[in-house]
Amino acid sequence: MKSSATFFGVSGLAVAALIAGTAPSLAQDMLTIGFTASQTGKLNNDSTAQMRGFELWRDEVNAAGGIKAGGKQYKINFVSYDDESQNTRVQQLYTRIIVQDKAQFLFSPYSSGLVATAAIVSEQYGKVMLTTGGAEEKPYRLGNKYLFQVYSPADQYLKGALLALKEKNPKAKIAFVYEDDPFSKAVAQAVRAQAKQDGMSLSLDESYSGSTTDFGPIINKVIADKADALLGGGHYADGATLARQLHDQNAGLKWVTLLVAPDSPNFATLGDAAVGVSVPSQWEPQVSFKPDFGPTAAEFTKRFSDKYKIEPGYHAAGGYAAGMLLQHAIEQAQSVEPAKVADALNKMDVTTMFGRTKFSTNPKEHGLQTGHEMVLAQWQKKNGKLVKEVIWPKAAKTADILY
Amino acid sequence: MIAILASVFDGVLVGAVYGLAAMGLTLIWGVMNVINLAHGAITVFGMFGLYFLATELGLPAYSAVPISILGGFVAGVALYWIAVHRIIGRPELMSLLATFAVNMMLVGIGTALWTTSPFNVPVSLPGVTWEGYTFTGTHMMAAVLAVVIAGLLYVFLHHTRTGKAIRAVADNRGAAELSGIPTAQMLALAFGLGIALAAVSGTLIATMFPFTILSGEAYQLKSFVVTVLGGLGNPAGALIGGIALGLVEGIATRFMPVSWIPIIEFGLFVLCLLAFPRGIFAPSKA
Amino acid sequence: MPWLILLAALGCALIPYWTDDVQLREGLLLAAVYVILASNLNLMIGYAGYINFGNIVFFGLGGYISVYLVSEWHWPLPAAAVLAGVAVSAVALLFGLGILRLRGAFFALATIGINEAVRQLVTNFEPWGGASGIYLAFDAYEPLGGPMQALWIVYFLVIAVTALSLLLSFAIKNSKFGLGLIAIGQNENAAATLGVPTPLYKALVYSASAVLPAIGGGLYFFKSGIIEPGGAFNLGTSIEAIVMVMLGGPGTVIGPALGAALYEELRGALLTSDIFSHLQLVIAGALLLVIVLFIPGGLMGFIHRRLAWTRRWLE
Repeated sequence: MKSSATFFGVSGLAVAALIAGTAPSLAQDMLTIGFTASQTGKLNNDSTAQMRGFELWRDEVNAAGGIKAGGKQYKINFVSYDDESQNTRVQQLYTRIIVQDKAQFLFSPYSSGLVATAAIVSEQYGKVMLTTGGAEEKPYRLGNKYLFQVYSPADQYLKGALLALKEKNPKAKIAFVYEDDPFSKAVAQAVRAQAKQDGMSLSLDESYSGSTTDFGPIINKVIADKADALLGGGHYADGATLARQLHDQNAGLKWVTLLVAPDSPNFATLGDAAVGVSVPSQWEPQVSFKPDFGPTAAEFTKRFSDKYKIEPGYHAAGGYAAGMLLQHAIEQAQSVEPAKVADALNKMDVTTMFGRTKFSTNPKEHGLQTGHEMVLAQWQKKNGKLVKEVIWPKAAKTADILY
Repeated sequence: MIAILASVFDGVLVGAVYGLAAMGLTLIWGVMNVINLAHGAITVFGMFGLYFLATELGLPAYSAVPISILGGFVAGVALYWIAVHRIIGRPELMSLLATFAVNMMLVGIGTALWTTSPFNVPVSLPGVTWEGYTFTGTHMMAAVLAVVIAGLLYVFLHHTRTGKAIRAVADNRGAAELSGIPTAQMLALAFGLGIALAAVSGTLIATMFPFTILSGEAYQLKSFVVTVLGGLGNPAGALIGGIALGLVEGIATRFMPVSWIPIIEFGLFVLCLLAFPRGIFAPSKA
Repeated sequence: MPWLILLAALGCALIPYWTDDVQLREGLLLAAVYVILASNLNLMIGYAGYINFGNIVFFGLGGYISVYLVSEWHWPLPAAAVLAGVAVSAVALLFGLGILRLRGAFFALATIGINEAVRQLVTNFEPWGGASGIYLAFDAYEPLGGPMQALWIVYFLVIAVTALSLLLSFAIKNSKFGLGLIAIGQNENAAATLGVPTPLYKALVYSASAVLPAIGGGLYFFKSGIIEPGGAFNLGTSIEAIVMVMLGGPGTVIGPALGAALYEELRGALLTSDIFSHLQLVIAGALLLVIVLFIPGGLMGFIHRRLAWTRRWLE
């Protein structure tokens, strides 16, 4: 490990020193972080946003001279490969990243399934892996020691939506329609439990296949049911289709919350069909957390938009946050040794522009995110333009609920 | 009761478009024994065609329909000479490979151009509301156009010289060749038509639903089901097969959890293959 | 020929172990899994002339049975994998007797239907975790001496199954059964007239082509640590396996293995190259098209044509 760091240091030294011109008293070193991203396949959209978050963080750290720890100054170097949105190759690529590319730290691929697959390898080699884009809890219940979750877990996703809905109409008839994939199913379980606890009834509770092309039959069922609210969805294509068909078929709903899809800026292309649709979000540009370190949400949003010409969603912010948290842990540990950094992560309880972060140290669910809270965002029309506003929790809201 | 009638009507509307989507697949299969694995990808390019014409260029949405047909036809003929001509008459497996390769390239190019995020083209056509159930204008328009296009194809294949020549080539290539029909040109023409059908069905689907570059896979599988219901190689049967599939989806959803629909669909598909390998609705080859 | 296979397998097993090259092992393991898929698929495609589009269903079902037994009932891995192989081939025999009445494209379509129907069934089957599938707890690797050692053991087992696949191909090709199959592949009606019991032979080969992929699936998903319906019954992988068979040369023993290894290395190289990774799908597709159009008969066909002497000892 040490020797590899110096090896990279030798090659990186001259170039890095030339570009940044950092304090000469500190020895220059390279820190390699590896991950796979989905450049092709169905996860491409979210994964790309996440990767941009990583990259923005890297560029900013390097421009500022790198991470200081243990009397050394580390420049960040990335190795990443395309995992094709499938877990077939994830283990091969992560092994390559660790063994051949000598990465010292890892970021996760995007999506719960891929995270679980990569975690097997990262754990074997005792590499710290920060996971973004893996909300499902299961991988953290398998006895991992080096896996740390940046996102709120799946059971948090629809909590806010149910609370907000309860406030508007405690007797609302809820149709619950979700995709039958690992993530949405995990969300569904939590919803059922919470609805029961809050005395709300799910009049319809069904999952649909990810390959569903026409939601007409399902929506007819919702209409026949005379539901007031619809919760559910899954990922991009299905969520967008569901929202559009609900609008086209005048389903008469007063409340629609869908997972994932409405978070994308692209959702605005749905036009009127987007109005009133809400989405649970890990982060929105308007949130106003007071960061212990790093930029505020507004500063991050501006830097990101300047660089990529697109507003960041929560996947991008999550990627950036993963970088900041890793950096913070290394600085706290004053070391790049995995065990010490893992220790610092275990102790961490901080607030960044992404919100609060605290990892569970309970051995039964080690690494699970317990500090971070989600917000509920809703598409609303302002001066004829579609904008996404934060409506829940009340403390963070930027607009009133549209019901 | 009203709810069921609404589902039936919806099923017919969507089913007509499923039928149109499968027509291209079944035409190519029937004429030249090629199972076109690029069918789904072509359908998606038809969808993005609508996006390009209506959203980027600002043309009226339905003007994309003839343009898709034309563009699809030209692309299809080109594709025939590049990727398909050399494998005609070789084992049918080879055609699977060649079209699969084309599919890989198309999806790869599409991902690079448009990522895999969903695109939506809002098309406003007034719908009809009845007892709380709304039948959207885009669905009705798409169904009508699907039936019209299917009708035109039928007239072309059965009542024009060229159409009859294509059917002659499908029935017996050797005999057709001997009677002076330029078989290679006929095959290229048929392939172009098949691709044009796939593209235009994509365009119509895009007026109703949002789509991504990967939407093709679902339609490819559906088209296989429709093809089997309607009879392999029988374009007219495809329309009926599509409506049958639309009805199954629409009505079965009322009586069971939605997640069981695909099991019903594919279970039915295998059973149909076993019981009526030539298709339920079309006992004889067209 | 059998000695050649054993020698190659031994080499594949020992070289990464001696050099302690984990990266090489991972690459070889994935290639070996593809060789298992392609080689057994070749029994159907290359010998009997039936295109099994949904061949991945054996792999996925085997994986599910085996992971379930290991995870819930704490069976030892080899026992779980072998049981999975037996169970899946029994199921295949039943399916086979039904759908093998269909020929050509009809059969091919039916196999797609079976794969999709099974995938949807498993998605709705809660004891197997439904859509979220089964995650192996980390201590599942303990009986094999911890994860590091477990991966080596799994690797050796996968190589063993790969060697068995090739030996099975060889044995069948040089048997009366194999002759019957090849007769079916060339002209089924004529074969039947000559006294080949075609329905029985077809069902048997369908079932035989299921055993080793099912065992391989058990090993592979144990190694992955997670199995879920989308990954287990991926039609895309099924089609890739067909591509590998055709690439290497259907109907030969080592052709499909060569095709699988070549295809896997090609995709892997494109995936990890800086220049091509964004366009890797496009390039892989273009290469495949060129090969299909200009090198019919696959790699082995090409070698046999150019170097006639290889026909005698390379089958």
